Amino acid sequence: MQPKPDGAQGPNGPNNFAATPSVKVDVEQRSSEVSSVGEQEACLEVENMNFYYGDVKALNNINIIIPERKVTAFIGPSGCGKSTLIRIFNRMNDLIDGTRLEGSVRLNGTEIYDPDLNVADLRRRVGMVFQKPNPFPKSIYENVAYGLRIQGINNRATLNATVEKALKGAALWEEVKDRLHENALSLSGGQQQRLVIARAIAIEPEVLLLDEPASALDPISTLKIEELIYELKSKYTIVIVTHNMQQAARVSDYTAFMYLGDLIEYDETKKLFSTPSIKQTEDYITGRYG
Amino acid sequence: MSLMANRRPDWKTSGTPWVWLTAGTVAFSLILVLGVLGMVGYQGVIHFWPSSVVQISLKGNQAGTALGEVAGSETVSVARLRDQGLQTPEGVKQVERLLLKTGNRKIYGFDFKWFNATDYDDLSVPPDVAVIEREEWGNFYGFLVGLKFDGQVLKGRRDQLELKLSEMMDRRYEIKEKILRVEKSEMGALNYQMDKIRLERRKLELDQVPGSDPRFASLDSRVSELEEQYIVLGESLKELNQEIDRDSIEMITTQGESVTLDVKDLVRVYFPNNMNVFQKFTHYFAKLWEFVSEDPREANTEGGIFPAIFGTVAMVLLMAVLVTPFGVVAAIYLNEYAAQSALTKVIRIAVNNLAGVPSVVYGVFGLGFFVYFLGGTIDSLFFEANAPAPVFGTPGLMWSSLTLALLTVPVVIVSTEEGLTRIPRSIREGSLALGATKAETLWRTVLPMATPAMMTGLILAVARAAGEVAPLMMVGVVKLAPALPVDGNFPFIHLDRKFMHMGFHIYDVGFQSPNVEAARPLVYATSFLLIILIISLNMTAIKIRNSLREKYNATET
Repeated sequence: MQPKPDGAQGPNGPNNFAATPSVKVDVEQRSSEVSSVGEQEACLEVENMNFYYGDVKALNNINIIIPERKVTAFIGPSGCGKSTLIRIFNRMNDLIDGTRLEGSVRLNGTEIYDPDLNVADLRRRVGMVFQKPNPFPKSIYENVAYGLRIQGINNRATLNATVEKALKGAALWEEVKDRLHENALSLSGGQQQRLVIARAIAIEPEVLLLDEPASALDPISTLKIEELIYELKSKYTIVIVTHNMQQAARVSDYTAFMYLGDLIEYDETKKLFSTPSIKQTEDYITGRYG
Repeated sequence: MSLMANRRPDWKTSGTPWVWLTAGTVAFSLILVLGVLGMVGYQGVIHFWPSSVVQISLKGNQAGTALGEVAGSETVSVARLRDQGLQTPEGVKQVERLLLKTGNRKIYGFDFKWFNATDYDDLSVPPDVAVIEREEWGNFYGFLVGLKFDGQVLKGRRDQLELKLSEMMDRRYEIKEKILRVEKSEMGALNYQMDKIRLERRKLELDQVPGSDPRFASLDSRVSELEEQYIVLGESLKELNQEIDRDSIEMITTQGESVTLDVKDLVRVYFPNNMNVFQKFTHYFAKLWEFVSEDPREANTEGGIFPAIFGTVAMVLLMAVLVTPFGVVAAIYLNEYAAQSALTKVIRIAVNNLAGVPSVVYGVFGLGFFVYFLGGTIDSLFFEANAPAPVFGTPGLMWSSLTLALLTVPVVIVSTEEGLTRIPRSIREGSLALGATKAETLWRTVLPMATPAMMTGLILAVARAAGEVAPLMMVGVVKLAPALPVDGNFPFIHLDRKFMHMGFHIYDVGFQSPNVEAARPLVYATSFLLIILIISLNMTAIKIRNSLREKYNATET
């Protein structure tokens, strides 16, 4: 367990952050601290983490503890690094040449960036849903069964049961149960996104990463996804990146505000949106910039 | 007011000329393509139509009559004829002349002859004239006067003889078929087995097995068994030959010479001037069927081109089987695994340029590397008993397909790579995020989605390979192959055999034929058939690709 700051408060001496002229000083100040909230069981722990795209530093000394079976939202303006951060949790950034990570990221105590770690295995434990629905050009059934087949599960009965369970879990079953063997690309955008969620939860991951899951969807589909997130959090640790602050306020238990590669503030959603302790956060959520 | 007038575009600025120019270019290309197809198709297709046979009465010093099919006519200057040493009429500058296919090569020494319009008059179409296609010596044109069968002689007019003649011809076809079966399949199989035994014996000798070894005895007994069978077959063949020798027909030519023809030499007898449309169509399709289904006769100027069609298809299919996996695997490495460095770029450019190397160069390479080096090595390792006769160390189907595979592999690589690049990143990420490894993602998602692109590559490869001739002349194509590369003798597919190819057949018939006039229509017909073959191969592949595309819609264009 990492040492936590007392009182489960925001990460750093909040006010002097805003006042600090030099970032470097600020980094030194925060170096040994870890952002965490409440007395929750930690699921993901990030410690003194820096992340680079080539020579460009994209994330700057991130320290955060993400609690189990809660919804944690990352908000912030475009380019603040929230998508980069979420893609670190399942090592999706490995696909980009020239990326580099310093520090420590742990999933239930296991070092994610351990070179000996089986990345495929990690991604099985940390599911991800992307901004744009990306179903495979296969049948609805085969989309959901994909992760299971990868694991070598080809037993018809097991697959049937799991597919049904996952589709029910993603609130899609009623809409597609009569056309499971139709091409998934024939579904609407909102349905496709729920299908992708069903595909992710079919392999029962520990964590579900949602990278702006509703940004390409219409309001009704968005609402459905949000309801789904609310239901899924009883079983999964959910990390969601969103542009939409109302969405973060509606669905999440905890919210982290990021800005230009820094984690500015991390707190209970209610508290962060009602009484942010840092001025930058306040400016952002009141719409003054970003 | 003036503002309005200025705004209205005139003809030039409206872009209309541009539209006309572009549309005109398309129309011109279209006309060219249709012209090629139309010309080749027409010339090829009419060849099988039973055209009327005309008779002309000659004047002057070459008195008599001539009989034949009109093969063409032209107007030539008298000076040219005189230069050729031909007799020319006086007082005219130009003369019209008629080309007749007179046949009867055995009598006249030629098949085709020009007749100056001034040398003949009275062009008639005698209804009783018979055209006889023969196994040898080309067509015979004349009048049927009598039949000889079973020791009996039947004389009379055409309509009295026709029925009996068709009976005789049916009998002849029946016996001929039996003879062919005995000669080609049964005796061929025996010869094949005997040769196998000879090789086994040679192998034992090479291994320095002593002559007392029981294996020799068993080989000998097998040989004598086969020889017995051979004798039995020989007897039945002799009987069949005697039977087919029984009948003959009597003809007279237009010049009154009497000729006896053995029925066994006749391929077809018909009376074109006395056929109704239905009979002409029947004849036409019979000839067409003969063309696509039978072996060539008479130095390829008669008969069919089935071995060439078969050889072309076999070679192209074998090439497709060789080139697809190879090109696809290479493209996967280049696109998925190779670091995208300067070296990869150079390799990619080199691959693209390979497609531009003249095909005859590939032929030289194929001969030097595949045939002599690879084939020679294979022979010295596995076919020692055959020496000095080469097995794989000589041009053949296998090396032709390999050479063409090498020629077309760049096309497959380039299209496959294009297809792989076009797979959206989100699909790959989606698969990886579910715990699939890179290889699993490739096999389960990326490659199936790239199959339409691979098919595109294959289509281009097939189109290129089916039309190639130059390299094949060096690595396996021959004028006349004694046997098909696929037959009933184990191992059924003989990749070491030489084969016939339609492209080469066109060249051979068109340029190497002793009988140019007779060969010309066949050149067109073969060309047309080659075009049809390539189009149908392509259509099949395109159909497969489209159904694949539908399956993986929205990801491939």
